Amino acid sequence: MATTLSPVVVDEPKIGGRGPTVVPPPRDGGWGDGRPDDHRDRLRRYRIGMFFALAAVVMLFVSFTSAYIVRQGVGTWSDASARYVTDWQPITLPPILWINTIILLASSFTVAMARRALARKLKASPRHGASPVTAPGLIADNQRSIPWLGITFVLGAGFLVGQLLAWGQMRHLGIFVGTNPSSSFFYVLTGTHGIHLLGGILALAYVGVTSLLRKPLVTRFLVVDVTALYWHFMDFLWIYIFALLHFAR
Amino acid sequence: MSSEAQAVHAHPAPTGFIRKYIFSLDHKVIGIQYYFLALVAVFVGMGLSLFMRIHLVWPEANLPWFGHIKPEQYLTLLTMHGTIMVFFVLTTAPQSGFGNYFLPIQIGAPDMAFPTLNMLSFWTTFVSFMVMLAAFFVEGGAPLAGWTNYVTLSAIPSAGPGLGLGEDLWIISIAIFCVASMMGALNFITTTLDLRARGMSLFRMPLTCWAWFVTAMLGLLAFGVLLAGGILLLLDRNLGTSFFVPGGLNVNGSLTFPPGGLNPGGHAITHTGGSPLLWQHLFWFFGHPEVYIAILPGMGVASQLLSTFSRKPIFGYRAMVYAILAIGILGFLVWGHHMFMSGMSPYSAFAFSIMTMAIGVPSAIKTFNWLGTLWGGRIRFQTPMLFAIGFVSLFVSGGLSGPFLAQPVLDIPLHDTAFVVAHFHLIMGVAAIFGIFAGTYYWFPKMFGRMMNETLGKIHFFVTLAGAYAVFMPMHYLGMAGQPRRYSQFTEVHYLLHLIPLNRFISIAAFITIAVQFIFVFNLFWSMKKGKKAALNPWEATTLEWTVPSPPPHDNFGGVTPVVNHGPYEYSVPGAAKDYIMQTDPATVAAAH
Repeated sequence: MATTLSPVVVDEPKIGGRGPTVVPPPRDGGWGDGRPDDHRDRLRRYRIGMFFALAAVVMLFVSFTSAYIVRQGVGTWSDASARYVTDWQPITLPPILWINTIILLASSFTVAMARRALARKLKASPRHGASPVTAPGLIADNQRSIPWLGITFVLGAGFLVGQLLAWGQMRHLGIFVGTNPSSSFFYVLTGTHGIHLLGGILALAYVGVTSLLRKPLVTRFLVVDVTALYWHFMDFLWIYIFALLHFAR
Repeated sequence: MSSEAQAVHAHPAPTGFIRKYIFSLDHKVIGIQYYFLALVAVFVGMGLSLFMRIHLVWPEANLPWFGHIKPEQYLTLLTMHGTIMVFFVLTTAPQSGFGNYFLPIQIGAPDMAFPTLNMLSFWTTFVSFMVMLAAFFVEGGAPLAGWTNYVTLSAIPSAGPGLGLGEDLWIISIAIFCVASMMGALNFITTTLDLRARGMSLFRMPLTCWAWFVTAMLGLLAFGVLLAGGILLLLDRNLGTSFFVPGGLNVNGSLTFPPGGLNPGGHAITHTGGSPLLWQHLFWFFGHPEVYIAILPGMGVASQLLSTFSRKPIFGYRAMVYAILAIGILGFLVWGHHMFMSGMSPYSAFAFSIMTMAIGVPSAIKTFNWLGTLWGGRIRFQTPMLFAIGFVSLFVSGGLSGPFLAQPVLDIPLHDTAFVVAHFHLIMGVAAIFGIFAGTYYWFPKMFGRMMNETLGKIHFFVTLAGAYAVFMPMHYLGMAGQPRRYSQFTEVHYLLHLIPLNRFISIAAFITIAVQFIFVFNLFWSMKKGKKAALNPWEATTLEWTVPSPPPHDNFGGVTPVVNHGPYEYSVPGAAKDYIMQTDPATVAAAH
């Protein structure tokens, strides 16, 4: 039997979502559409999208990893020693990578804090606060709060600069992308990861711009939420790459 | 209840020309854009094959643009023919074209999950196509390393004409295409999972939606692998790395050597220790799922049409869904069957062979279910149905040579012969194209509000079907008689001389088949303007797209979310007033469900 909810009119401006929709009472059915296309629905949609985007990124790095393992194990026939030899020479990673790792871990923490802060703010806002008790203005606004997003942005940029410094150190030692397969993979893996992280940094910059343009809080929160997911993944990915380069030398 | 409904949109309906037709966010416009991109691409690809067929039979012919085709130009023709057809036609039209247009409508959504990303996917694909075409016009011309782009030919710029800038453009174009396809795939997946209307459970989705969904999964997971391979190859070519290129190769008189190695004369190409097989593995790990990316949407369309035009439920709906999923999963486990000749361990070859033949099981399930759907049906032989039946026919004809090639013992003599060309053209090329044709004739009334001409459609069908068989069936024989693929000229080879009349027959059949495609194009454009006005539901089908006006309004359902009460194939339900029940009909229409 259908419940007795009356149609709900949702009139929130959306990005990529739907405008005001008259929604009949809920029934069982699909994964869950048919409810008002509210903030939570869009959040779920964005998270599903990000989850699958990360699956595609995983495949890219899985491919690099399998190429890494194969290339490391490939032997070339050597007439001199009359057996298969490998041309793979282990590289010593620049120590600055450890500092970069700490910076990136810290940025993962700050982006999580940024997401939390925005979530709190969203909950307190008049539109999305479920409870009528939390009227606007009762909750302290963001004037005193720490600019977590800005800090994350700086840390992310700092990580990239650190990676470039690491590249510079390698080049200074005469180790270039074509020097040895091990160094080729060093540049490919760090470079591809860096480009991906740059995407995250641009997303944060986008949030900053939308903040200046006074876009709805919901919009900003959506972007920050999925960017945080992406950011944590980039953090995890970096640790994976670092471990691969370090242990599978 | 719906009296308060107001016409509202996913994003406001655009008014300016550019936002409406060029940089549109509307999934329907984007679907049509993809379709027309594929239409342009298919004519480019077909033109290239025309030159190839002329050259094979009349090697002395003086052709426009080419003059006398040189062997390396022939390789360029086949490389670009394969690339354009696989990526910009077979991947683009059935999935991105029809999928974009009809996935959201069939599941009851106002648009794709991420409209801006959708627009971006199309324009990225467009840029990719332009970069690919640009390869024709740069110094050295287009590449000649085949659509599989095998290393080491593709990795060393001095190995041949077209392997300089043309080859770089090829790789860059494909890399862009990979990114575009992954963006599209994640949009399809999110849309299917999250935007279904109420009542549209997964097992009430039309099989077209299942096919698009699984195809998107394959695309999402496969294109990243090709992208990785492309990045590494670009570095091998331009920055002196050695992922794929071994040392000691003799390339046009120059040896590849490690840096600082001995170099007796000529310029050194500094490479050492790379593995050409690594490229093959990366390529085919993408390449085999790509085959299913091309064919699965066609299977979905065929299932949809066979049920609709037989006025019967699809035979074994769930079995069909599981078969699609099984094909999708197995598709990732069989890439090694493209590499039986690479010197792989016989044990690996055995494993890949068994996996490959296992795909015969879900494929056979699908075929039997299609035949079961037809059995005892009141079949309406309209043009879309003819193409759907043609799809099944070609799928079987092309599929039956699969188990031959799947066994190393048979693949070793047959590989790189015309037998393989026959196999993959029938099953992946022509069958998928028939899926596209079926979809075009079927959905044209919804997309453009008018019917396509039936007489022209039938002429198009019968000549194309006969032509496809006349072109590709004899190639099985050519292959078994030893005619290699990719060779530009046979007229000088003694043991192939007796095959020339058959080759001539194939070429003439190809010219006729190509000519008749212009009837299709004429029908397509003529019917847009002059075709008979289409009714809301001209085929008396059940799915959601037939409940909305033709063409559908900007947000598909006029601001009201449809409610689904029925499965997609409720035809000839006993006790029902009509011989079909729309998915949105009230639940009380019949006792079914």
